[in-house]
Amino acid sequence: MTLTPPSSTLLRIGCGSGFSGDRLDAPGPVVDALIEAGGAAALMLEVLGERTLALAQRERLHRPEAGFEPALLDLLRPILTRCVAHGIPIITNGGAANPRGAAAAVLGLARELGLPELRIGVVEGDDIRGTDALADLDPWEGDAGAVLEPERVIAANVYLGAAPVAEALRRGAQVVITGRCSDPALALGPMLAHFGWAEDDWDRLAAGTMAGHLLECGAQVTGGYFADPGVKDVPGDARGMAALGFPIAEIGADGGVLITKPAGTGGRVDRQTVTEQLLYELHDPAAYLTPDVVLDITGVAITEEAPDRVRLTGARGRPRPERLKATVSLPGGWLGEGEISYAGPNARARAELAGRTLLERLRLLGLEGQARLDLIGVVSVFDGDAGALREAGEGSPSDLRLRLAFASESRAAAERAAREVLSLYCCGPAGGGGVRTRVTDRIRTLSFLVPRERLAPRVSLLRLGEAA
Amino acid sequence: MSTILLHRLAHARAGDKGNRLNLSLIAHRAEDWPLLAREVTEARVLALFAHRGATAVRRYDLPALGAFNFVIEDVLQGGVNGALNLDGHGKSLSFLLLGMMIESR
Repeated sequence: MTLTPPSSTLLRIGCGSGFSGDRLDAPGPVVDALIEAGGAAALMLEVLGERTLALAQRERLHRPEAGFEPALLDLLRPILTRCVAHGIPIITNGGAANPRGAAAAVLGLARELGLPELRIGVVEGDDIRGTDALADLDPWEGDAGAVLEPERVIAANVYLGAAPVAEALRRGAQVVITGRCSDPALALGPMLAHFGWAEDDWDRLAAGTMAGHLLECGAQVTGGYFADPGVKDVPGDARGMAALGFPIAEIGADGGVLITKPAGTGGRVDRQTVTEQLLYELHDPAAYLTPDVVLDITGVAITEEAPDRVRLTGARGRPRPERLKATVSLPGGWLGEGEISYAGPNARARAELAGRTLLERLRLLGLEGQARLDLIGVVSVFDGDAGALREAGEGSPSDLRLRLAFASESRAAAERAAREVLSLYCCGPAGGGGVRTRVTDRIRTLSFLVPRERLAPRVSLLRLGEAA
Repeated sequence: MSTILLHRLAHARAGDKGNRLNLSLIAHRAEDWPLLAREVTEARVLALFAHRGATAVRRYDLPALGAFNFVIEDVLQGGVNGALNLDGHGKSLSFLLLGMMIESR
């Protein structure tokens, strides 16, 4: 068995990745800390975004063996041998559009590393393309009125819960690979397997889900995405930021939750970092919907027990929802972008003229789509598409960058719009430089609700060292 | 009357779901929570985001955490997959909120 017996009173869960672009060397210090602490432990690697999954599905159309997180093996290579040797299961949603393909690749990595055996649990059933479930979707409230054309669907995946992860672990999986599942389920799964909590033990499931929510974005609870110099500082300035410790949750059999990080790493864990992450991507704090439980954090109390050790109490749970969320990805047209810099005397006036010139060119060419201008250095990300803040914005910075964004259903139109920024080199105002252009294939995602009984999650065990 | 930058009294983090944005707002000092509750109203936040097309704001109060959660509808102009904005997630918008000036007493 990979986990210590259910009588054990403490389970440590580390998180080595909080999104698909996270630091590839983050898991190492977490694994070292879990080994040094001893006792039961698991490691989660969250790497799957909405867009990531749709891109993976497209990739798989061209290469059937692909379609999983490209960085998965890079994340696992430095830690897999140690985790297996110390009985620390790894749970990841890096299977993306092809969990079975990811498992085959991880078995290949295990051979390369010289592991004598490895058991991989594969969780499937989140992909509902071509199933009855796809015909039985209701739009989620945030996408009310959305109409689905099944033939245009690139990806359609339901957020599965923790039960299939727990089943894979109970069957002895040393690595569990899922496609789409709720991020907290990557942490709740090992808790269910370890403590044997009942599936209607709502308060414990709520505590475990809260811990998973705090872990799921990696360093966002340990001082990442937090520093605001002079206001909220992370110790050690850049040295601390460059060596952020990723989080570890200590979970008690009674549902106790403590968040900490490996000793000797950068970052901080305190009331402020924990509160920011507790509320991250939340809607109603009394009803955080997950496949496993409805979590209520309104009664949560946060206590700093010791430096970098924060306890949370008071999570409450209510019965899980009868319908699960599904994300459906559709083609979203094309985005053409171009940027050009203007600096020195009269820079703003030259940049503004360039912007007006671009809009006039788009009009003359008759390109169909929506355009937006930004004056990076005056105002950009805060503004609306109509440019109200830009037009009201005062001041003339001596170094700024004009950006055109053009969205169109037509690839050719998006490419032509981006090219018009390049053409400013010879046809635009004086002194423009540093043009960069980019054309992106866009994906549109909509959320729907699916009745739970429509779904059939499946767990398979793949083994190295035995006949398949 | 004196005014103060919200950034002096609180910190915040943004999260997105589709075309909906959530902004946490957390008091640096617990004793400032009632002042924030009085000043940072749903109406003021809606006005702050009106130029981006926001249609509604709901504020959830979390006094035990010294915090609030604001949920702002239709503010991301299509969200990460549809927006023309450089920051389609709206991740930088926590600091648009913190740029608000409020009465300090």
